[in-house]
Amino acid sequence: LSAAPEIPKEDGRPKWDNKFQYILSCIGFAVGLGNVWRFPYLCQIHGGGAFLIPYFIALIFEGIPLLHLELALGQYLRKGSIGAWNTISPYLRGIGVASWMVSILISLYYNTVLTWVMWYFINSFQEPLPWSVCPLNENRTGFNEECHESTAVNYFWYRKTLNITPDIAESGRFQWWLILCLAACWAIVYLCTIRGIETTGKAIYVTAIFPYLVLTIFLIQGLTLPGATEGLIYLFTPNLSTLKNPRVWLDAATQIFFSLSLGFGGLIAFASYNPTKNDCEKDAVTVAIVNSMTSLYASIPVFSVLGFKATTAYWDCLDRNIINIINEFDLPEESIMRQNYTSWISFLNSSYPEKIAGLKLKSCDLQEFLDQSVSGTGLAFIVFTQAIILMPGSQAWAILFFIMLFSLGLSSMFGNIEGVFTPLLELQIVPKSAPKELLSGIICLISFLIALCFTLGSGSYWIDIFDRYASSVPLLVIAFFEVTGVVYIYKIKRFSKGVEWMTGRKLNLYWQITWRFISPLLLLIVFTAFVTLQMQKPPSYAAWNPKYEGFPMKEEKVYPAWVQAICVLLAALPCVCLPLAALFHLVKQKCRSKDPSFVPPEAFSCQRANI
Amino acid sequence: YAWDANEEYLFKAMVAFAMRRYSSKSTTQISNVLLCNVTDRVSFWFVVTDSSKNVTTVPGSEVEAAIRMNRNRINNAFLLSDKTLQFLKITSTLSPPVEPSTPVWLIVFGVVLCLIVAGIVFLVISGIRKHKKKNKESTERENLEEKVEVTLENGIPCEVLDIKAGHVNGVFAADDERFTSL
Repeated sequence: LSAAPEIPKEDGRPKWDNKFQYILSCIGFAVGLGNVWRFPYLCQIHGGGAFLIPYFIALIFEGIPLLHLELALGQYLRKGSIGAWNTISPYLRGIGVASWMVSILISLYYNTVLTWVMWYFINSFQEPLPWSVCPLNENRTGFNEECHESTAVNYFWYRKTLNITPDIAESGRFQWWLILCLAACWAIVYLCTIRGIETTGKAIYVTAIFPYLVLTIFLIQGLTLPGATEGLIYLFTPNLSTLKNPRVWLDAATQIFFSLSLGFGGLIAFASYNPTKNDCEKDAVTVAIVNSMTSLYASIPVFSVLGFKATTAYWDCLDRNIINIINEFDLPEESIMRQNYTSWISFLNSSYPEKIAGLKLKSCDLQEFLDQSVSGTGLAFIVFTQAIILMPGSQAWAILFFIMLFSLGLSSMFGNIEGVFTPLLELQIVPKSAPKELLSGIICLISFLIALCFTLGSGSYWIDIFDRYASSVPLLVIAFFEVTGVVYIYKIKRFSKGVEWMTGRKLNLYWQITWRFISPLLLLIVFTAFVTLQMQKPPSYAAWNPKYEGFPMKEEKVYPAWVQAICVLLAALPCVCLPLAALFHLVKQKCRSKDPSFVPPEAFSCQRANI
Repeated sequence: YAWDANEEYLFKAMVAFAMRRYSSKSTTQISNVLLCNVTDRVSFWFVVTDSSKNVTTVPGSEVEAAIRMNRNRINNAFLLSDKTLQFLKITSTLSPPVEPSTPVWLIVFGVVLCLIVAGIVFLVISGIRKHKKKNKESTERENLEEKVEVTLENGIPCEVLDIKAGHVNGVFAADDERFTSL
């Protein structure tokens, strides 16, 4: 039993131009939109600086070990996800198939999010920005009613961009402007992935490094804005009592897991193009730490800008109240300023309480404005765009911001597409004589056609469904079976010998403990907690309905039964591949063993598994 | 600037001007405009009297219409805007936003799409060319190998013929014409 793989040196497999390209691709895949719009939100609602404690614990015991496992696997077996798991054990081929399906589902909806980013980008070249003013109504006496009741930013997002329907069952029409942007996005993805890592390796230099530049620019600008310090203090003030809530630990574990893009098969594909004698242990630690540092680094400008926005809203509130008071009491201009507002208010309240009550002043509280926390698309397309309007030179900031979001998302798309592309290439769906460009073209074209359904009026509701169900539960299942499959079926002794051969040093005790016990246990706990929490309440969504009484608040609606069935299908389909593939292989074995003329393939499979 | 009697005078003049423009009568004088209840806030009431009609006040709707028509001029005279100079009960008509003939975003989108398509075409063509060059190289290499084999495996290797003692018929073969020219 030799540990050295019998792989010829020149097997025609494409390879990275240099190590830096590989590391950058992994970092680009891991660092995505979630680092900018999910991590700062979690930090804020889970007690600021205190959230870093469960976050780093999850990183050490769950994130880094799983990352190392995937990279080592891909590098050792030099195959994409389906081929690699087939080599580990033909019964575990289902893990590869499940990863491949998840990558497809996620590519579909992720690129639609990039479509929205692109739409905002091309609209940022106008003066004034289209989301800063409300359009007029038909007879030009006032503003459009829907826009007037909510805000111009909300109107532009829900009406002008999504043209959203009030219910998920109403599909609405295709939004032609979104179709154009979707076509452009898939064309960009095709352009960059046309020849696999040959082209993505060049593109990643731009898409992975550019976001850091823009984040630095936003950091410098954000820190100079008024109110930035309030935002940062609010973000980072640790509130250790939140750690008692198990929800915080669950969120930390899931955030680390999804942030590192584990279980997609993309990391296995990237690592498979490496030379075998490569230190995958150091790579894994590097990528994981860079990813977490990026999350922290990104939260600083995000929260400076949010603090600025809250402060401006607070000042506006104060100013409106001041104008009302001055008009009512006929006081001279500039007698009441923001600084002496509170003393004036208390004085007036004591002397003329009825007048003050009659004015119906809104209570202005900075904390309340800071507490309005949003994550996800709401952060980027509503809150941040509103903050950008208030900055001087808003077009430039908007353009920079949306290019940054686009690069972040595009580098993650490369990993997703690679997770789809590499296994198909190895399965030889397309004959070997056909160029690679054809396969990537077919993938992009089919994905574009399927993703057209996200450009309907109800598209964003469907994207929420995909985000919640297709990309959460299956990944946890896949990762759990990855770890247990390698450790208990392939046997960790064999695997650690392989890793030692690749890295040149003995496997640390840390990896042994985490791979054997801690990571599988942690994944099991996270999975059960996650599913339990989802089951507790019937799945509902927040619909944007202009006819709702509580408008501009969103209306809480429950998913109809057929939609719930689709949710279950999305979550279950990749998971079901695991037992199905094992069963399929079992049946094939039984059929072959019954046929005496056939040479038992166990010899082959034993040999392959003995690499 | 501070609000004093001179500014009040200017205001009366502007209102008179507005009334003159609106009703096209040149009878309104500055003395026809009366201000009252001036407060420190700089807010006041004003009326316009009609000297030709027995010192009665001009109806409010006429004054409102006159001011609405000349709002821009009044604002500019005081270097103020609709927000800073408020006339109660006179709402400003909103100006429609400027709409260019082609939406700007469509132009930007066109530029972006052209760049992408150019990139794809370039990459596809370079890929096809590389493919063709590789095919040509591999066929040339195959031809070369065939030529080498032919000279070795032409029945009896020619070198063996040279080594064995044999008579080379000078009539049929000259030294340099041993191999048929290609």
